[in-house]
Amino acid sequence: MDKDPILRVSGLSKAFGGVQAVHDVSFDLFTGEVLGIIGPNGAGKTTLVNLITGFVTPDSGSVLYKGKNIRGFQPHKIANLGLVRTFQVMRPYHSLAAFKNLIVPLNSPRVRRTSGGKLGDRDSVAIDILEEIGFERDARVPYKTAGSLPLGYLKRLELARCIALRPEVILCDEVFSGLSMSEIASMIPLLEKLQMEGITIMMIEHRLRELFRLADRVAVINFGRKLAEGIPKEVMEREEVKAAYLGTGKRK
Amino acid sequence: MAEKDRRRKRLDRSIKVRCEGLYAVSSWREMGFLALPRLLLILGLLFLPLTLDMYWQRVLCTAGIYALLALSFDFLAEYVGLVCLGGAMFIGFGGYTSGVLNSYFEWSPVVTIPIATLGGAVLSTLVLIPCLRLRGIYFAIVSFMLPLFSVYIIIALGLFGSTEGISALDTLPNIWVEQYVIIGAIITALFAIRRLVNEDIGLIFRGIKDNDQAVRASGISITSYRIKAVFIASLIGSFAGAYLSHLYGWLGLSLFAMDFSILPIAASVMGGMGTLVGPVIGAIILTPMSEALRGFGQLRVVLYCLVLIGFILYKPEGLMNYLERKYHQFERWEEV
Amino acid sequence: MDILIYGTVNSIVFALIAVGFSLVYGVSRIPNFAHGSVYVLVGFLTWSFINDLKLNYALAVLISLIIASIIGLIIYRFILIRLRGLPTSEIIASFAVSLIILEGLRMQGIAGFKGFIGPFYVLQPFIDGKISIFGVFVDYQRLVIIAGGVVILVFLWVFTHHTKTGLSLRAIAQDEQAAMMLGVNSDRTAMISLAIGSALAGLAAVLILPLGNIAAEQGYRVLVYALAVCIIGGLGSWAGTILASFVLGFSMITSTALFGALWENVVLIGTIILILLFKPSGLMGKQKELEERV
Repeated sequence: MDKDPILRVSGLSKAFGGVQAVHDVSFDLFTGEVLGIIGPNGAGKTTLVNLITGFVTPDSGSVLYKGKNIRGFQPHKIANLGLVRTFQVMRPYHSLAAFKNLIVPLNSPRVRRTSGGKLGDRDSVAIDILEEIGFERDARVPYKTAGSLPLGYLKRLELARCIALRPEVILCDEVFSGLSMSEIASMIPLLEKLQMEGITIMMIEHRLRELFRLADRVAVINFGRKLAEGIPKEVMEREEVKAAYLGTGKRK
Repeated sequence: MAEKDRRRKRLDRSIKVRCEGLYAVSSWREMGFLALPRLLLILGLLFLPLTLDMYWQRVLCTAGIYALLALSFDFLAEYVGLVCLGGAMFIGFGGYTSGVLNSYFEWSPVVTIPIATLGGAVLSTLVLIPCLRLRGIYFAIVSFMLPLFSVYIIIALGLFGSTEGISALDTLPNIWVEQYVIIGAIITALFAIRRLVNEDIGLIFRGIKDNDQAVRASGISITSYRIKAVFIASLIGSFAGAYLSHLYGWLGLSLFAMDFSILPIAASVMGGMGTLVGPVIGAIILTPMSEALRGFGQLRVVLYCLVLIGFILYKPEGLMNYLERKYHQFERWEEV
Repeated sequence: MDILIYGTVNSIVFALIAVGFSLVYGVSRIPNFAHGSVYVLVGFLTWSFINDLKLNYALAVLISLIIASIIGLIIYRFILIRLRGLPTSEIIASFAVSLIILEGLRMQGIAGFKGFIGPFYVLQPFIDGKISIFGVFVDYQRLVIIAGGVVILVFLWVFTHHTKTGLSLRAIAQDEQAAMMLGVNSDRTAMISLAIGSALAGLAAVLILPLGNIAAEQGYRVLVYALAVCIIGGLGSWAGTILASFVLGFSMITSTALFGALWENVVLIGTIILILLFKPSGLMGKQKELEERV
């Protein structure tokens, strides 16, 4: 792994009205690693992703991606730089076929650039991508209307949307949520494969056991603040982390 | 207590199912099923002028203008997510451009109409750009205000004949040219847009309407695609305006009339929003009705709006969606 | 000096026109395009009550305002309520209602209804005559406008901060879901806001129309002004509405004084374009231009 982080977040803060959603959060994401972001519900994790990817403007702090400060950039520009994210609440283009959903990212400037104008038939590229992530071509799954697909496929479709952009970093927002054990078990190899291809992954997750199979390091967020960062075993031993999840056991 | 509960069940007709995908070319019957509506439409439009008398042929030309506006409204509203309350702006910009070019430079309509189509579109798009970065409500508000503002400014600065307008423009050679030009334009625009919405760029437009956040997260600048969509829609509208100025040989403030903004909307809602064809047919139905009511002054507008509200509340799918559904599916009652 | 006075009058006029629209949008997120038409409708109703039914001024005004509120209620209850959540349809429907009213007022020859055409419809000012303030002649009516405007705005502030209904309006405006969880009925508040918004349009009409005549075309202009003020001030921000009214009021008066009356529309649209380009959420808008909703 490189010494320089591919993504460095420093002092990121955001308040909505009276609520401080994210407070002075800093962490590093190193190239090629899988970083887990964990913490109780409502801790500000999704807001963090929004801040990094330009959907929400931070009040203060900086976001350095490959050394460049991307704070204040528009979301599509950030995606075109190779930093992509999934959405926790998914809404695919439900009236379109599954593979047609990928046409949008395949038309982005980034894909046009990196394929040197010779992308070929976008439809078949889309179908290939879907097949690689487990949409069985023989069963004509890629052709089904997106609105009719079960959740497991939809989650993968969302990931496919990111993959289609040929990203360097993927920020996954709860890709395991709502999936059954077996569905998660089939997602994990997919993520491992992405990591092997050199993609850096940051995962917000609640399913700790599954996450720890993938994550090299984790960071814990609670009430908008970062509590700890490091390798999973160590982090989970820390008192403040245990307290955040389980409560202190003492009455205030 | 057992209640007999029934519900309506809709099933695709078997011929429709056989038409899915590649199988459509497997037999003449299936191909006919698919082609029939389109053929009916094209032939119907092409032969319509031959069945009408002079007065109604004139009406058809006007109906064609509204049909083009309705088409562009439906495209913007249902395929891009932008509600345009100011179709009159396209008519005004296109009409004034071609009229002014014809009047001051004496260029013939063959030249002014294409130039005005392009010029009107460029102008409309430029004026709308500031609000394309923003939520859809701003587009609705600004598009509503622009025709009114254009009128105020033309009067204030005394441009282009101000309240009197400019008359004695060249008109098109004869009634047959007039009709077939507009019919040709409608057929071309209709099939072009139909094709467009299934191309990549059209899918991006639809994505922007469905879930613009996901589109942004996929690396696409929605502002730039909205600009493209508005440009396309305004090409259609400006053509209609340019055509109109040479239909009557006159331009004036009435090119920005509220009529041009509201009738296409009523036609779209009635005809079936999202079908592209429905609004065209809706316009062809509503315009003669409105002509018949011309003697009653503003009652026309009140009537379109009542029709519109009626449809929005009680039959929001509109005519074409209803017909399409009937064509492709049949219903039966089923016990629950 | 006369710019100061006339500017203030103009600003209050804008504020009166815009505040009803702003209230409705702030509470129910529905752009009430029928706002301008209610303004004109109240003008004509009052005129008819005074001239055809020979009612006295105050009674005519009162009844017209009540009718305006009822119309607002009806618009929501029978039309908009079914379209909540369908932004395209909401916009189209309220636009259609506005046209029905405005064009309907111009209809002629239906069942003997003569239609309100021509510049003959005038409401009397409350107090005739002028007064000289700091050497500038000002109509009493204009002063009434300032006084009335201030009273209305103060009353609204008190209403929304100290009464139960008013507070529930503010609650819904800030966060609809949270307010609903606390027991505020969203449909009922929307109806109330539309009733109040329409009444405010009517009040504005009653105060402002005596300065000139009543014509159906003014309905569009009024709507345009309301929209302009709300965009410049920030859709949904009440403080912004007031601020924008003053910005617009003074800039239009100043441009009239310097360049002549014809340029005020250019100033108006110019300001709108500037705001959309540089601060799209409006002068005091709290939302970003594309609402973050992930």
